[in-house]
Amino acid sequence: MKDTSHTGQPVIEARGLNLTFQTGDGPVHALKDVDLTINKGDFVSFIGPSGCGKTTFLRCIAALEHPTGGTLTVNGLSPDEARKTRAYGYVFQAAGLYPWRTIAGNVKLPLEIMGFSKADQEDRVRKVLELVELSGFGGKFPWQLSGGMQQRASIARALAFDADILLMDEPFGALDEIVRDRLNEELLKLWARTSKTIGFVTHSIPEAVYLSTKIVVMSPRPGRITDVIDSPLPKDRPLEIRDSPEFIEIAHRVREGLRAGHLDD
Amino acid sequence: MGKIAPVLTVLCAIFTLWYLAAVWMNATWVYDQAARSGTTVTLAEVIPQTMAQDRPLLPPPHQVAQVLWDGVTGQAVTSKRSLVYHGYVTLRGTMMGFVLGIVLGVALAMAIVRFRVMEVSVMPWAIISQTIPIVALAPMILTVSNQIGIDNREVPKAIIAAYLSFFPVLVSMIKGLRSPDQMQLDLLSTYGASEPQTFFKLRLPASLPYFFASLKVAVAAALVGTIIGELPTGAVEGLGARMLIGSQFGEPLIMWAALFAAAILAGGLILIVGWIERLARARMGVPA
Repeated sequence: MKDTSHTGQPVIEARGLNLTFQTGDGPVHALKDVDLTINKGDFVSFIGPSGCGKTTFLRCIAALEHPTGGTLTVNGLSPDEARKTRAYGYVFQAAGLYPWRTIAGNVKLPLEIMGFSKADQEDRVRKVLELVELSGFGGKFPWQLSGGMQQRASIARALAFDADILLMDEPFGALDEIVRDRLNEELLKLWARTSKTIGFVTHSIPEAVYLSTKIVVMSPRPGRITDVIDSPLPKDRPLEIRDSPEFIEIAHRVREGLRAGHLDD
Repeated sequence: MGKIAPVLTVLCAIFTLWYLAAVWMNATWVYDQAARSGTTVTLAEVIPQTMAQDRPLLPPPHQVAQVLWDGVTGQAVTSKRSLVYHGYVTLRGTMMGFVLGIVLGVALAMAIVRFRVMEVSVMPWAIISQTIPIVALAPMILTVSNQIGIDNREVPKAIIAAYLSFFPVLVSMIKGLRSPDQMQLDLLSTYGASEPQTFFKLRLPASLPYFFASLKVAVAAALVGTIIGELPTGAVEGLGARMLIGSQFGEPLIMWAALFAAAILAGGLILIVGWIERLARARMGVPA
């Protein structure tokens, strides 16, 4: 069992983080002076218009991009070192399952690469498929599953090696509203059961408010944080909570933050 | 059922045209004979005589079929007159060249995808190599391999076949090995996958559909290369040698039979490659 007494300790810390891309049209400030602390067990959403650096920030945490200034630590380590300790699982916008592997084979992929034993692999695949409610679909090929089920399989793949941090880059962006609602609900349940720290990029205000304990509002040119909202909503959230006054109030504040970012242009 | 009617229609059209052309081309000889002996012939008398000449300009289908059948079943398979024997010699050369071409094509593609500098330095030569007419190059390859002491005629034949067949494999494999998108590469990078792992888990399986698509072209190219390799050797074995003998000794029937034997061989090879491809696709979960 996980020791929950550590909940609240900082796991991701960014101080004065800068990332500048050199392009033909001059430097582009993808991230400028970003300060943020993400604590253990947090569900943090990053929201903002395209170009605000929300995805870039997530990619920095995953060591897929490298900051040009400031410090960024994951569990006290650099992102590159954190990767070696299997600190995080990453879920992309597209499920990106290998069409030549079965669902179980796809979930097994990170385990094979990280060198888990055969028996352990089978065991873990069974457990995470159960967790995302895909038991019985392990032998199917990706094309035999719906888009929502494929995305659940890709979440299972990110969970398979027991990373404490789950980084999700608009994982439900390509899905329709009904499937999205259902997956949001399931994701909250999964988060409650596993007590993972989740970083979640989205451009849907209701999605951000519904899921998060902390909402980070960002704005573009240069990519920066304009507001950080700690959600007062309880941890247990039925879908109906989206009609409550508290929910509407937070959504309103997020919208204001997004608008303020745009007024600066 | 719906497929058979159009196929039969085209086949009928081809045979009709072929027979008409055979009558038209072979009639000259009949009229010449008649003129020489001072007789006249009617069209009704000409037509049967165009169907069974020893050295027709264009043999009609049934004559070709008969010679082909005789060449395949009428001889002991070890006989120098057996098309099975010559077909086997050509098949052996084709297979050697095909395998050599695959190895060369895949290896070059791997190197080009891995090392950017290989693309700039090697790829132009690979393309230039395909613009040189192989008929001009084949005798040189034969002479050179003879000079350096390779007496076995199979080797230069295989080299010529590989020369033609490596290119489609190379082009397809470069495209296939590069087919994984940035997201899939990023995913493996988050797992801390090594370069060999990225190659074997992602790039190689992703390239297989491209690989199989290129095999059909490559196997046909290998057969053409082998036959061309048999033409200028003064070789006595292989379908290419049969064609040359038929042409040099004025035996068009031998030439046509060898031609069709080669076509049937090519068809068979492509069917086999297609069958292997289907097996592989089924194993890789592609919907049937």
